[in-house]
Amino acid sequence: MKDFEYHPAATVDEAVSLLSAHGERARILAGGTDLLVQLREGMREADLVLDVKKISELARLDYAPATGLTLGSTTPCYQIYNDKTLTAAYSALADAAHIIGGWQIQSRASIGGNLCNSSPAADSIPALICLGAIAHIAGPDGRRQVPVSEFCTGPGKNALKRGELLVALQFPASAKHSGSHYRRFIPRNEMDIAVVGVGSWVRLNAAGDKIEEARIALGAVAPTPLLATEAAASLVGKAPTEANFTAAGELARKIAKPISDMRGPAEYRVHLVGVLVQRTLAEAVTRAKKNV
Amino acid sequence: MKDQDLAPWPQAGFDRRAFLKGSSAAAAATTLATHATQAQAQAAAPEIVGRQSRLVELKVNGKTASVRVEPRSTLLDVLRYQLQLTGAKPVSIDGSSGASTVIVDGKPIAANTTLALDCVGKSIQTVESLGGEKPDAVVSAFVHADAMQCGFCTPGFVVAVRAFLDKNPGATEEQIRSGLNGNLCRCGTYANVVMAALEVVKGGSRG
Repeated sequence: MKDFEYHPAATVDEAVSLLSAHGERARILAGGTDLLVQLREGMREADLVLDVKKISELARLDYAPATGLTLGSTTPCYQIYNDKTLTAAYSALADAAHIIGGWQIQSRASIGGNLCNSSPAADSIPALICLGAIAHIAGPDGRRQVPVSEFCTGPGKNALKRGELLVALQFPASAKHSGSHYRRFIPRNEMDIAVVGVGSWVRLNAAGDKIEEARIALGAVAPTPLLATEAAASLVGKAPTEANFTAAGELARKIAKPISDMRGPAEYRVHLVGVLVQRTLAEAVTRAKKNV
Repeated sequence: MKDQDLAPWPQAGFDRRAFLKGSSAAAAATTLATHATQAQAQAAAPEIVGRQSRLVELKVNGKTASVRVEPRSTLLDVLRYQLQLTGAKPVSIDGSSGASTVIVDGKPIAANTTLALDCVGKSIQTVESLGGEKPDAVVSAFVHADAMQCGFCTPGFVVAVRAFLDKNPGATEEQIRSGLNGNLCRCGTYANVVMAALEVVKGGSRG
């Protein structure tokens, strides 16, 4: 690993000024489970590694049933799935947090870091998108908000400009009769990169026999995670049936533009989109029916 | 596995690494004297520390160790090459093997993807703390269940099992199989590792 300077920032302002001064030569360190590997393998270089874990605003975790969740960007994965309330309210996020690496990785890896690494196959991003999460960003020009569905701009690229950092992720309150699920396909049981990953969120009517609202997000089938708008819209007003889930899966397949690589050929990935949309919707509906 | 391999740090008697390092021990002794004042200065003025190495204190296996680290030094490098705690292994670059597992503030982590500077002020526990005259129940269970073949992944597994059972003392076989998802064994000794973990759960292994 090439040598670098290390600085633990104490405040958002301090981090922003250092990031502004160093630009691309500064890299933000949260859990480090991606960054240190990239630095060692020469995929990224840094003159300054800026540790942001000591910034209290980035470590906060505020949840209230009425207002929703504000998740500091350095919150590690384990903290989400260890919390029963959060797991119930934002199930898809807990699903993703539970399968990012092994549990040693989950002790350190942060959801914010997974988003900012902006891998097309990142597990947390379809979950964040289907849950309607919003990225809170601080930078030299002040604060701004970007929906996570618009955050990623390409493999390893995102909306963060020079001097900016991700402060927190904000989630809307978990509505009654809503449920979500993230699932990926991998050829192993654990510790692998998604061949395809899908996050689905639904809100049912009180009787549980009609879908009022839905969001579906696809991972690993395009340069960025995708919001499957048409597929989700097709479900509104429909009964939560296997046939309707399959139809939504057919629509989602249309927007998938995957590459062929060692994890699977493009046709296979398109097929998996249909399967995973159907299965994640079925599980999201099951969870929604329990959420009364 | 010999007792000597499991002895808590610092090891008594002959040590191959210490011998090979030769005079570096003397250099370490002189730097020890000045570290306290340096640490105070750092606490007062948290500035960018630069690329050069500096002395910091790490709390390892209940003892405070003064080590010289560069910003890029990983916890694994420091444990292995300065403290001679060679149980945790550099197997994978990305931590996916779990062979570098140590416990930091009660959480299992991959020491090879963690900066040493990031561990200052935290409590670090390595596999060596589980050995000694009276080895931890997990170590004994690994011996009873023959839960190793080449043995290279074993220290990481032992630490992971210890951390997992600390959190889930009554774990079922299914929970052990899904919970211990961060360690790989190329020999395929998983069945025996699970047996060892179950033996500890049942309290069947004490020294």
